[in-house]
Amino acid sequence: MQLREILEKYPKTEDYLIEILLDYQKTKVHHYLSEEELKEIANYLNVSESKVSSVMTFYTFFSMKPKGEYVIQICHDVPCYLNDQNSVQKTLTNLLNIEIGETTEDKMFTLEYTSCLGACDKAPAMRIGEKTFTSLTPNKVKAILAEYRGKKHA
Amino acid sequence: MLEKKVLSKRFGLVNPLSIKDYIEHDGYKNLRKALQMEKITIIDEVEKSKLRGRGGAGFPVHIKMMGLAKEASEVKYIINNADEGEPGNFKDRALLENDPHQTIEGMIISAYATGASKGYIYIRGEYNRAISIVKWAVDQARDMGFLGENILDSGFDFDIEVRTGAGAYVVGEEFALLESIEGKSGRTRVKPPFPTEKGLFGKPTLINNVETFCNIPVIIESGGKAYAKIGTASSTGTKLISLSGNVKNPGVYEVPFGVTLRDVIDILGGGVPESRKLKMVQLGGACGPIIPEFMLDMKIDYDRFEEFESKTGAGAIIVMDDRHNLFEILLRIVEFFGHESCGKCTPCREGHVQLERLVKRFLHKESTPKDLLSLESLARVMHQTSLCGLGQSSPISLISTLGYFRDEYHDRIEFSGGE
Repeated sequence: MQLREILEKYPKTEDYLIEILLDYQKTKVHHYLSEEELKEIANYLNVSESKVSSVMTFYTFFSMKPKGEYVIQICHDVPCYLNDQNSVQKTLTNLLNIEIGETTEDKMFTLEYTSCLGACDKAPAMRIGEKTFTSLTPNKVKAILAEYRGKKHA
Repeated sequence: MLEKKVLSKRFGLVNPLSIKDYIEHDGYKNLRKALQMEKITIIDEVEKSKLRGRGGAGFPVHIKMMGLAKEASEVKYIINNADEGEPGNFKDRALLENDPHQTIEGMIISAYATGASKGYIYIRGEYNRAISIVKWAVDQARDMGFLGENILDSGFDFDIEVRTGAGAYVVGEEFALLESIEGKSGRTRVKPPFPTEKGLFGKPTLINNVETFCNIPVIIESGGKAYAKIGTASSTGTKLISLSGNVKNPGVYEVPFGVTLRDVIDILGGGVPESRKLKMVQLGGACGPIIPEFMLDMKIDYDRFEEFESKTGAGAIIVMDDRHNLFEILLRIVEFFGHESCGKCTPCREGHVQLERLVKRFLHKESTPKDLLSLESLARVMHQTSLCGLGQSSPISLISTLGYFRDEYHDRIEFSGGE
């Protein structure tokens, strides 16, 4: 969807800034906004570019740099830690051959930490895009990654 | 029966996407009843119920309602804080995903009683499923005439908008949440004025947690007096507990106030698995105290929780078995708060950097007696001088372990050879 179409769904008031950013970033394959897009949003809402930029840097969901097509976010808060999140994280970093905060060379996966996903009763948990995966084990993670890789080649 | 299902009684019985199901199970019946009542009577019933806020702080709900009702402003807001970001808490997610109309009904009744015309439900961005369910529920409620103009021919107008978070823990703090709804970075405000005086867009605003609003229709149905008979004298009603960590049956359990932590962990949770031993329990989430096994006969009660000077009342119980190193746990907690600090005030911004450094020294057995003194004094200063709940409650876990697990700190110093 074009940015213009998304902007026009919202009233021209500043308080919709976060909703607009969320809505538009969802449509982007590499989950980021360019400077031109940031300017267009600022113009539409009649706020300064620095204001949009400061909001974007405050909230962890937003990025000004391209990420992998699939952003894998792993929770490392205490309830997940208590349920062997370490081995799940190791499996991910080994299989993807990247560390937390990095993107694979083929630009397919980015690995990040997320704050608590509220799935502590099924820990450890991670998210890929909007999908949450729970009760993870190294084997389960392997299968999930294989499935996502398969999607790409299908 | 240890469990008492009041707010969770419809879980699994109703399709959360069907407002008809909710109505068939007594849904919106209490809104009809409330619209026939005097506004002040509704607030009186809430006062008699002794309902306290379920977001953690436990503030008496009727005082906030009365505060808003008294404001003369034409525009007043009601906000449902569904930014459940405290690690270890997932009961609001359960309420929103299983029975979304209950909290909406509570908001509408609260708006009627206080004269508010617009409401917001602010749901954290990580809760995709809850967001779509609640948006759907709000639309259905509007179609059925429970929201919008002239609700059920009462002459009362009220509508709700759903807003979503974008990954910032601190926004669960009420002032930061207001900033976020206004489209700004979620940095807290200096108070007073409090939200009921000057809140969203500068207008009087009532902010409650998802679970708090869920209690309002229940109070209308049974009356405040009958409601107050559930639980204990100081903590009435039920509490949804998010039980996680090293227990056989983690999950959300609804219990009356006054049951013990041990009963929740052993009977509902099935205890620690694989014949390992329970070492410690964290209450409330990352911001709460860590207590040893011998304290588990403590009752779930706001007054007991207040002894820890923290917002323990959100109801998370995180069980940790004897395989876990205290300092590994503390490091996770300190790193988490350091990352989530908004940076506005100095004790929180700079304090976390130093706390992390000190906890790492203990973890790696490089600590000196002086480190222990520094850690203790820094934690106190942050707790007492930070601007908002984040920096004030972040050191609580550490402070509690300096009391209950002091030997572990000393052990780490001895092994390092001291100074």
